[in-house]
Amino acid sequence: MHDTLLNRRNFIKKMAIMSAMTAAATMFPGIIFADEQEKNLPEGGDLEWKKGPCRFCGVGCGVLIGVDKGKAVAVKGDPNSSVNKGLLCVKGYHQIMCIQAEDRLTHALVKKNGKYVQTPLNEALDIVANKMKETMDKHGKDAVAMYTSGQSTIPEGYVASKLMKGAIGTNNLDCNARLCMASAVTGFLTTFGADEPMGCYEDIDHADYFITWGNNMAEMHPVLFSRMLEEKNRRGAKIIDFATRTTRSSMASDRSILFEPQTDLAVANAICYEIINNGWVNKAFVENHVNFSKGLTNMGYGLEDNYAFTDKPTKIDFEDYKAFLEDYTPEKVAKYSKVSVKDIKFLAHVYGDPNTKVVSYWCMGMNQHTRGTWINNLVYNIHLLTGKISQPGNGPFSLTGQPSACGTAREVGTFTHKLPHGVVTNAKDRALAAKIWKVPVERIPSKPTYHATEMFRAVDRGDIKFIWTQATNPLVSLPKTSRYRPGMEKESCFVVVSDVFPTPTSDVADVILPASWHIEKSGLYGNSERRTQHWDKMVDGPGETTPDAWMFIEVAKRMGYGDLFPYSRENHVEEIFNEYRQFHEGAKHGMAPLEVLKRESGVIWPYVDGKSTQWRFNSKYDPACDPKKDFDFYGKPDGRAVIWQRPYEPAPEVPDSEYPFWLNTGRVIEHWHTGSMTRRIPVLHKAMPHAYVELHPDDAARLGIVNGEKLKVTSRRGSCVLPASINERGLPTKGQVFVPFFDENMLINDVTLDAFCPISKEPDYKKCAVKVEKA
Amino acid sequence: MPIKSYLAYPQDGKKDVLISELLNISYCDVIPSENEDLIIVVTETENQKQDDTLKATIEGLDSLKLLAMVSGFNTPKN
Ligand code: SF4
Repeated sequence: MHDTLLNRRNFIKKMAIMSAMTAAATMFPGIIFADEQEKNLPEGGDLEWKKGPCRFCGVGCGVLIGVDKGKAVAVKGDPNSSVNKGLLCVKGYHQIMCIQAEDRLTHALVKKNGKYVQTPLNEALDIVANKMKETMDKHGKDAVAMYTSGQSTIPEGYVASKLMKGAIGTNNLDCNARLCMASAVTGFLTTFGADEPMGCYEDIDHADYFITWGNNMAEMHPVLFSRMLEEKNRRGAKIIDFATRTTRSSMASDRSILFEPQTDLAVANAICYEIINNGWVNKAFVENHVNFSKGLTNMGYGLEDNYAFTDKPTKIDFEDYKAFLEDYTPEKVAKYSKVSVKDIKFLAHVYGDPNTKVVSYWCMGMNQHTRGTWINNLVYNIHLLTGKISQPGNGPFSLTGQPSACGTAREVGTFTHKLPHGVVTNAKDRALAAKIWKVPVERIPSKPTYHATEMFRAVDRGDIKFIWTQATNPLVSLPKTSRYRPGMEKESCFVVVSDVFPTPTSDVADVILPASWHIEKSGLYGNSERRTQHWDKMVDGPGETTPDAWMFIEVAKRMGYGDLFPYSRENHVEEIFNEYRQFHEGAKHGMAPLEVLKRESGVIWPYVDGKSTQWRFNSKYDPACDPKKDFDFYGKPDGRAVIWQRPYEPAPEVPDSEYPFWLNTGRVIEHWHTGSMTRRIPVLHKAMPHAYVELHPDDAARLGIVNGEKLKVTSRRGSCVLPASINERGLPTKGQVFVPFFDENMLINDVTLDAFCPISKEPDYKKCAVKVEKA
Repeated sequence: MPIKSYLAYPQDGKKDVLISELLNISYCDVIPSENEDLIIVVTETENQKQDDTLKATIEGLDSLKLLAMVSGFNTPKN
């Protein structure tokens, strides 16, 4: 007992030291504490360091996990990873501390007469397979659905897609990356015809300016932000924070520019107006590599069930585009964006100056937007007009939130409309999938079905009668959970949840499956910069915990699809990856072979002739380009990217006399999304024990609210009680409140609106109208 | 049994003085940065009272500019 206590104290002490080192590193990038990290690790044991990616965010830092006697005892940054060069953030350092949480799901639980009964996994999987089959027999294959995650590994996503689309023959598969990345995908596809950023993190070492669009990188992408700060300190690179709220990132930036929610659309157009008006257009680039188009407008916001929209692009020319921009002079836009004419002109000058290199970064601020596809297009417009793209230090860079939003959700394609290569609506893509999967091509349906929000609406309506979720917590993370929680509780739908810890989503499950955590299984993730990272299983998981991929395979076998899943338990990750790799063969998306991925701390695709392609679409770096051209946007048939004419349109719900505040929601550095892991890590939980509502001090004074006072935040959909936070972590503008969504005891998504971008179907969590009262 | 970690910022030019003063205080470990004016201090005390006294002692050092707590834990006594 005494020994255990001592070990625990030593461990906690080490964690306390690591927290301090991490905090120090955020303030002083590159700070050195000699070999302190190593010195503090357990002595005497046979500590073995195993490489892998961090479990948490889309930055995709390389970690080394110290394993002693079969237990994970330490974490350090992987110095060989070019992503983080040995640095980690506070979440990364403490990640392994959640594995042993007391309430870990170690065995399958089946609900019997209202109570969860521990059940052997084999029996639970029988129940899942039988229920799925029975539902399909009774109600058709489109009555079953699967909802996966950007935290699922590449093999897990692949097997889910193969099971749903190839074996069962339904497109009822979507994932939580719909909630964070879908607008980035549609933005890339509409502008370039190919998903994912053209550049890589090495851009940070070359850029003169970093412009962050609604992106609090200091908290959400802390290691990348540290790298930017290092460049700021070392060679005077500048950071400009363009946002709706003052955050840690704004405070560390050279300039913070605030805008009225939703008006980023107008400001982006105003920047383009200025670029054209001042003659800063890179004419040769535009003439040779760009087309101009416009799409439909007034699309609505997807607020009604079964909402459908298809854009109709029409070609326009430069003169049409120029005329359209007349509505977006800095003077006109300043009036409603609350960005001064001077600041708009300043931003335009930074982008327009041919002698500066500029990278634009964004994440949820632009993606979780009812015009998310448009605002992605508009930032691409700026880079295309100036030709600042696909070169070291010059380019637009959409960051991801989840560790494998790119690798799994986007590349494997765990969306209703996607296949591992291409989309279900394309006959050639279906034929390729059918060939590799060895299924009849007619089995893969050509029509997408439910995107995330619509999937849970269908559960609520009773159209979906069986749903299986993995590594995700929709009853905390969906917008308007006030509708979707009662929907999931309905008897009409059988709910299977596979996860590592209990969550509000597993609370409504009929069967809970105990999933392996990250390092308890082998896997692959793909980060924001197209980097695929492999890891080998490092430790055994407790009880009957099992990798999600293997649970899918077991269910597939029980449903009679065994011949399509001929993988072995020991080697299924390798076997699946080798099969999956065939989908991406060629110079445009070739992936490194497994032996290379096992050796390296991640490899960027396209991987061609033993080399990563760091800057796509530039023939200097990208062997997939037509060598006769300097740039080749080969995602489009004519090799030209598209500048889109997209107007400003208001948000679907704006503050009024009854609901006078904007509500903005988001994250904090300590917690990973819905907090199911990080709230079980004592140091993180203690640092940020609960959610809060941030107000501007003037609003607080006007309403007589003091710090810590309980407030009720109410919208037309629901309410949530939280303590007030004034002048603490962040500072919203007047008339705006901010609430982080990590806390399952303070469900702010009961309040949010389930409006989404009509093109990407990604919800907007950043804008709805609320009132604030003392609770 | 509280365990806490702090970032200690020395007064200008007083990093070495602060390090040696901190080293003379019991129940605290000192980890100076090699290349920045910053010191990590980790305290491990028996109870809250001792913890409070220790913090007051550190804060009383003339060579200290600022003491910022990073993390705090309480471990069970037995
Ligand atoms: S920045 Fe992201 S990937 Fe890196 S350590 Fe932190 S959470 Fe992990």
